[in-house]
Amino acid sequence: MSKLVKKIGLTLLTILLLIVGLIAGGCASSQNDAGSAGQAKEQGKEQGNEPYQIGAVIDISGNSSSLGVPERDTLLMLVDKLNQDGGINGHPVELTILDNKSEETEAVLAVKKLIEKNVLAVLGCSSSGPSMAMINTVQNAKVPMVSMAAASSIVEPVSDRQWVFKTAQSDIVTVKKIITYLKARDLTKVALLYMNNTYGDGGKAAFTTAAKENGIEIVAEEKFEASDKDMTPQLTKVKAGGAQAAIVWAIPPSASIITKNFKDMGLSIPLIHSHGVGNQKFIELAQGAAEGVILPIGKLAVASQIPDSDPQKKVLESYIADYQAKYNTQPNSFGGYAWDAFKLVVAAIEKAGPDRAAIRDELEKNTSGFAGISGIFNMSPQDHNGLGVDSMVLVQIKDGKWQLIK
Amino acid sequence: MSDQLLQLLFSGLTLGSIYSLIALALVTTFNITGVLNLALGEFAAIGALLAISLYATGMPLIAAFILSIVLVAIMGGVLERAAIYPARRASGLTLIIITIGLSISLRGLALLIWGTDTYSLPAFSKGGPFFIGGAALNPQSIWILGLAVLTLSLLYAFFELTYAGRAVKAAVINRTAARLVGINPSTVSFWAFVGSGALGAAAGIFIAPVTMTTYDMGFMLGIKGFVAAVIGGLSNVGGAVLGGLLLGVLESYSAGLISSGLKDALAIIILLAVLLLRPQGILGVLGERKI
Repeated sequence: MSKLVKKIGLTLLTILLLIVGLIAGGCASSQNDAGSAGQAKEQGKEQGNEPYQIGAVIDISGNSSSLGVPERDTLLMLVDKLNQDGGINGHPVELTILDNKSEETEAVLAVKKLIEKNVLAVLGCSSSGPSMAMINTVQNAKVPMVSMAAASSIVEPVSDRQWVFKTAQSDIVTVKKIITYLKARDLTKVALLYMNNTYGDGGKAAFTTAAKENGIEIVAEEKFEASDKDMTPQLTKVKAGGAQAAIVWAIPPSASIITKNFKDMGLSIPLIHSHGVGNQKFIELAQGAAEGVILPIGKLAVASQIPDSDPQKKVLESYIADYQAKYNTQPNSFGGYAWDAFKLVVAAIEKAGPDRAAIRDELEKNTSGFAGISGIFNMSPQDHNGLGVDSMVLVQIKDGKWQLIK
Repeated sequence: MSDQLLQLLFSGLTLGSIYSLIALALVTTFNITGVLNLALGEFAAIGALLAISLYATGMPLIAAFILSIVLVAIMGGVLERAAIYPARRASGLTLIIITIGLSISLRGLALLIWGTDTYSLPAFSKGGPFFIGGAALNPQSIWILGLAVLTLSLLYAFFELTYAGRAVKAAVINRTAARLVGINPSTVSFWAFVGSGALGAAAGIFIAPVTMTTYDMGFMLGIKGFVAAVIGGLSNVGGAVLGGLLLGVLESYSAGLISSGLKDALAIIILLAVLLLRPQGILGVLGERKI
């Protein structure tokens, strides 16, 4: 009998081991989303001039495909338009878009392929991990690269990232925006809740530093997994800690769940999210609980609400109109990052000509006051992102829509 | 402090009843067929996704609920015939590996049909949470707990009070003897998969308003359900519910009082402790019966 029990215990242990193996294997296999490399070539040989080559490595399939697909669509739309209008100084542009399947190794392989193709510059990637992975390769090959991902470490320190630029707002921009809100309302005790992944950790690190500098005390700090189903325990601590506002650094679905839990528990302090919830899905999933949530967001989402005097207004409206005409849907901020990356590179090639080093210098030195979709870019040898706090606005969710906070 | 403890208890019971439901389906199939169906989490995920898609077509919630349960039950039966039946003479471990294969295939299928998006269902009853002693209790949690209790009672009544239930138990204890008195174990196995498909789907739909649904949510559910089932003793339906609730409450308290990073580690620590110290589970009498 006890032998039998032991035997059963052993079998169950074996199963446990199997499961642990599966956690690794299963996760990897589920990310292996099928998808083919998106290739786009625009041939404009009729001009007679040799085409300029530009490359892009984008997360078209896999985990970050929701970011990559609008970026690819935006690039295809822009390159079409550019070639119709005569290209750059009479040279047509040939854009090669490769899919990195949201994976680091694929990104490196793709960028090497593009460099062999003698591209003048590389756009990509959509997410931070693959972007970081490409840095070494472009640094060594001395090819300008413009990333569309968030992590500030992609362009910092600039001394090691001479050739790398990026168009998405860094965590620190979002953090500064939130701090401004807190200070304006004299909220000095906050709770910080974040996802246990690169996104959450990045936000946590940036916010903690900025809070210290601004005399804001973090009275409760909690994390949760992306797959967690109930964040009530974490929120219980927030309730007990006496926070005056809660800052949440997460993306849906967990961001939506925590918002629901927050409302269910009857917490009445302001709930401030990061830009990670800047999509309609967040509001949809939170089922009404998102009402009143405050978040920083790029101006694209509230283009119709910003004043006409805003230098970005015209750019935003024309992007929305063009995108809607071509794809019959609203563009989002990710497409906007691609818009900025493409336009910045094209503007640099226009002035610098087909020379990688000259293009890099042009991007760094002469990008100032460039009105893009994500903000006004002012690049410098110290700042390869070039976006300030004014690139974001604070919105509050009202009736399921973003409402600009004046 | 006391309302904090109460809040954590409520949260733990909600989580725990989710685990209990999966554990119940797991234990029932295991009891009847001797197969540990590790694809159960996927049954729950597909059940929830189907119900959400049907509901989105404008169908009333209750109709979507029933239709989805029926469809997943049929799927359970088909899978049993296609994958388990041909290998019915293989060892238990082989059958478990087959169910792991099924779970990966089902997850892939769900990915193809529903993509990586997250979906949600509206809560079954309108209105906000109840407040008891300063702690909030979500109405949907009561639905989930209710389903667990109801299922437990039905299963108990079935096994102990009906002829079919006793026939099923007989088929488990001794296949040959059961066959001699006219019970067909392979028919029993078929119906066990149909039943666990229905139960899994129901569990998935009940928890969808709380947890949201993605194509891959079955994986974690399956693991937590398995841990709950092992804690409770694999052969005992009451133990499965108890194991699930215990796991949920411990997770909630460890996240709320110690550290939120500890939560998932705790499930595995408890599982290891139970396996090493009491492999028959807290209520288990496993050793006296089969294998």
